[in-house]
Amino acid sequence: MSTQPEKLESDSQNESGSKVLVVYLMAMPDTPELAQAAVEAGADIIEIGFPFSDPLADGPVIRRAGERALAAGMRTARCLEVLAETRARVSVPLILMTYASIFDAHGWERLEREARAAGATSFIVVDLPADVRPELRRVQLVAPTSTDARLKLAATSTDGWLYLVTVTGTTGVRPELAPSLAPLAERARAVTDVPLYAGFGISTPEHARAAAELVDGIAVGSRAVEAAQEGPAELARFVGSLRGALDALAVA
Amino acid sequence: MSLTYGVYGGRYVPETLIPALDELEATWAELRDDESFRAELHHLGTTYAGRPTPLTRVERFAPEQRMYLKREDLMHTGAHKLNNALGQAVIARRLGKTRIIAETGAGQHGVATATVCARFGLECIVYMGSEDMRRQAPNVERMNLLGAEVRPVEFGTRTLKEATSEAIRDWIANVDTTYYLIGSCVGPAPYPEIVRELQRVIGREAREQILQLEGRLPETVVACVGGGSNAIGMFYDFIPDEDVRLIGVEAAGAASLGTGRPGVLHGARSSLLADEDGQIMDAHSISAGLDYPGVGPEHAQLRDTGRAEYLPCTDDEALAAFHRLCETEGIVPALESSHALARALDCDVELVLVCLSGRGDKDLAEVLDYESDSGTEPDSSTST
Repeated sequence: MSTQPEKLESDSQNESGSKVLVVYLMAMPDTPELAQAAVEAGADIIEIGFPFSDPLADGPVIRRAGERALAAGMRTARCLEVLAETRARVSVPLILMTYASIFDAHGWERLEREARAAGATSFIVVDLPADVRPELRRVQLVAPTSTDARLKLAATSTDGWLYLVTVTGTTGVRPELAPSLAPLAERARAVTDVPLYAGFGISTPEHARAAAELVDGIAVGSRAVEAAQEGPAELARFVGSLRGALDALAVA
Repeated sequence: MSLTYGVYGGRYVPETLIPALDELEATWAELRDDESFRAELHHLGTTYAGRPTPLTRVERFAPEQRMYLKREDLMHTGAHKLNNALGQAVIARRLGKTRIIAETGAGQHGVATATVCARFGLECIVYMGSEDMRRQAPNVERMNLLGAEVRPVEFGTRTLKEATSEAIRDWIANVDTTYYLIGSCVGPAPYPEIVRELQRVIGREAREQILQLEGRLPETVVACVGGGSNAIGMFYDFIPDEDVRLIGVEAAGAASLGTGRPGVLHGARSSLLADEDGQIMDAHSISAGLDYPGVGPEHAQLRDTGRAEYLPCTDDEALAAFHRLCETEGIVPALESSHALARALDCDVELVLVCLSGRGDKDLAEVLDYESDSGTEPDSSTST
């Protein structure tokens, strides 16, 4: 098994000093292979989605991916196996991303313990507000609607970096980068020094470049899930295009 | 204000919605004890909605008991749902929201929401599963007539669960302009409390009325439970009356309380039809309004404390009660309420009060379809 990073912060900037690229994959039997392809193409962090039947924060692409995963038998125990198999192939931080119902049913402490044993570096629980269950150390999300007080609360409890949801909306591909990211990034900068990574609606190299002008990293979900459905080569091509956009920014 | 009910309730929603819930909570805290708010609700209730609704003694339906029905079916729009929709529309106006979204299963909450939006000049979008649109076609037409846009939800079971998820997704995307007018005592805090307080009028009136008619409290109070709003409204003022037995009746194929387990759905922790991994399972009921795998968190607490009991009722039992009330009393009950009627007949007590939460006009096509498909036509003269 590869070395697991001690802390998420250690990888918050990659070796080239470029912006961080986070790639989301829905847990499926081929996730280990896909994650390896994504990392080799330049992903710095992999989020592995444990599917939930009623994903309130997800748009059609990830919702359908979750339905397929559940139909393929990706229940919690199998997802943990996929997590461990992924850990065996890549050394970047792995983040288990899911909904509260999955934790609640498995047991909050038990799932945290088993996921860490399987190689998870941290967690994202999409429908668990920052002030609830602070004992589960996790990456916190903030949104354009978050008040400054909530930004501060999330920033002080977050695990390594703060996830800036660029839009008031669900996950999914959008034509333009949301204009709400800039003011959110500015407000977040004013209250915290933790790295800020933006996600939701970032799907093209152009979006990546525009978002990376404002924050320290980007997270790509729906478009990565679509590319992953085409296989590791297509995922690697897509991740490579994002990496190229981010690296060009670092050089410029 | 309590955000939880024992180990149930809470707020399990994306961060995007938390500030809106905080704002709603603050506004609600001001309004709930505000005289002008209560006066406005009372005025709307008495001049527009048809409150108070009567109690009707049903001697032919229940010859062995003294059974009274609380006639929420006589409310404007034909169900208790309007109590909640009117109240929340007033809240939405105070919050300055002009766009209203709602989910609906049987269509009664959708109709109630479309009605109040027409009355107050608010934009109204109702999410409804396409299977429910088929089952409850008359209510879809009513919503359209009232100026609402009904958006079909075409994934999953195509019923209330998915309609609710889709309404919440719309709210996440449009939270600045939009008020989510939730239809039952479910969802993230403070919704379960708001809906309970707006539906409490049912039990408050019924308690006074039965004391006036009978000079005593009923031995048993019965109501159907899907999300549980008519039941919590009916039960709440009887909770301190320890000798009054409270019975909630669930569809046998959607018994979130009877056969469920703790889980998280649509923003709250409650008792749900879910598997051991926390995946929500499909509910099954002939009644679209009960066809929901969750239930209000306060009901889960009432079950755990033993203050209320929750019993199942099959589709066929509900249909038999449906026909029996039609034929013995000249009242066409909603299929949802028919579940309560069926279990109320079994109660071995003298004085029983049942919430007739809605009327059944919307269900006629579904009843005829079901009976022609299954070849059964329950004969109410021989059924109990």
